Amino acid sequence: MKGWDKIFALASGLCVLIIFAFLFWIIFTIARNGAGTVSWEFLTAAPVEGMTEGGIFPAIYGTVFLVLVMTVFLMPFGVMAGIYLAEYAPQNSRLTQTIRLAVNNLAGVPSIVFGLFGVGFFIQYAGRGLDLALGLETVFSQPCLLWAAATLAILNLPVVIKTSEEAIKAVPEEHREAAYALGATKLKEIARVVLPQAFSGILTGAILSVSRGAGEVAPILFTGAAYFLPYIPKLPTDQFMELGYHIFVMSTQSPDVEKTAPLLYGTILVLLLLTLALNAFAIMLRVRMRRKYGR
Amino acid sequence: MEDKNKNLIIQTENFQLFYGDKPALKHINMGIIKNRVTAIIGPSGCGKSTLLRAFNRMNDLISNARSEGRILIDEEDICNKDTDLVALRRKVGMVFQKPNPFPMSIYENVAFGLKIAGEKDRARLVQLVEKSLRQAALWDEVGDILDRSALTLSGGQQQRLCLARALVIEPEIILMDEPASALDPISTAKLEALINNLKKDYTIVIVTHNMQQAARVADYTAFLLLGELVEYDETRKIFTNPTDKRTEDYITGRFG
Repeated sequence: MKGWDKIFALASGLCVLIIFAFLFWIIFTIARNGAGTVSWEFLTAAPVEGMTEGGIFPAIYGTVFLVLVMTVFLMPFGVMAGIYLAEYAPQNSRLTQTIRLAVNNLAGVPSIVFGLFGVGFFIQYAGRGLDLALGLETVFSQPCLLWAAATLAILNLPVVIKTSEEAIKAVPEEHREAAYALGATKLKEIARVVLPQAFSGILTGAILSVSRGAGEVAPILFTGAAYFLPYIPKLPTDQFMELGYHIFVMSTQSPDVEKTAPLLYGTILVLLLLTLALNAFAIMLRVRMRRKYGR
Repeated sequence: MEDKNKNLIIQTENFQLFYGDKPALKHINMGIIKNRVTAIIGPSGCGKSTLLRAFNRMNDLISNARSEGRILIDEEDICNKDTDLVALRRKVGMVFQKPNPFPMSIYENVAFGLKIAGEKDRARLVQLVEKSLRQAALWDEVGDILDRSALTLSGGQQQRLCLARALVIEPEIILMDEPASALDPISTAKLEALINNLKKDYTIVIVTHNMQQAARVADYTAFLLLGELVEYDETRKIFTNPTDKRTEDYITGRFG
């Protein structure tokens, strides 16, 4: 027995080591090859000469714009659904269980399926309907930032619903009782006691989806991301460039692989740092809120 | 009980409560007298907290609880489907077993009941918060740290803060569910002294498993056993000359 114990402990430790080695290798390679490229000019200029020179500003801008619009779609729906599941839904009814199951399944759907759904539902159905109703000619019924953001929002809904529901449920029952005993209505109890305490948890879900949204390519592939744009998008009905997609484009469509490579590494580094910064921000906020609410 | 029929603020009429099919309270008939302290005693699981929580309909929060019979407060049946629970709970305040201040400042905790009722006048809020903190004998300790988190207070202070929070909306009745069970003896003594002071303005119903406490603070005492009201009388009578054998067994410590 003792021998097996040792072997098992060693094997599990080795697995961790291998994973870390890969992670370190990936990050090291990207940092080493990308660090030289990332400069102020790289961050603020547009790509030129078939993406073999210039910068990635339109892609950074597009990513930020996309993620902002996504958040506007995502948060109200996600948080409201979380509130419903935690506070209003009959907790052990079959319907509630089914809804939870559906939310979990939604999280398991491959992101390319969401992308196709976005084309079918948002562009061809909702977009066309809007254009017809408003008497416009192909404004909404084409791939654009608005629909890409909406598609990305749906992809991230399960995360936000689940984290919101759990954050709300974590609020101690005795605080709810205290609120009711003071004559609070359900709405006041939620708004003044539950949500302030659940806020950090909800925010964590939001930032997780933002950092995930910044890196997802499949859902925006057909719904609005552009291969290359000579202008910066101004309206949500414009197409846009995006970091993840730009990485894909540069690595597969470049006319000169050798010349593109440093730019490619630089772009990946920027995307990684952006995601890292968002996650760090989420953790910081959570720690601050925890301290404030003593939990 | 010589003044049993006058000044009844709460009257239960054949009140019963079930958790699913299981009866938790059986045919309770009792009247609670205004501006007196009434204690409900009994062993764990006898239904004393359930009875207390029936007076402000907190049992509604338990999904499988259902009741029969009536409870009249100021002659008005509060067990109706269309009873205004907000109004009821503003009239019948509550202090819980475990101190449960909100994770907010001391000031915000006390002001909570006023703010959810729509009070916005800052001067009035400040004035009422001070008044109830004084009533709860906490002002001298927290008067100059109102912005500090309520969670930094000691357990005894937190419980008095919860009392102040309940007092600020000027209820007529205050329900206390084993309010001292999480407190040390000194904090308990302070709370009991407070209860004694408060009864000139409020009617107090206190659930306790501590019989000495009931003897110290209560004018009337009800003994509950297995969901049944066994005996209800002046505290002195209950503790010196109980009518029912089961009451005697309980107060002499033969079970419980």
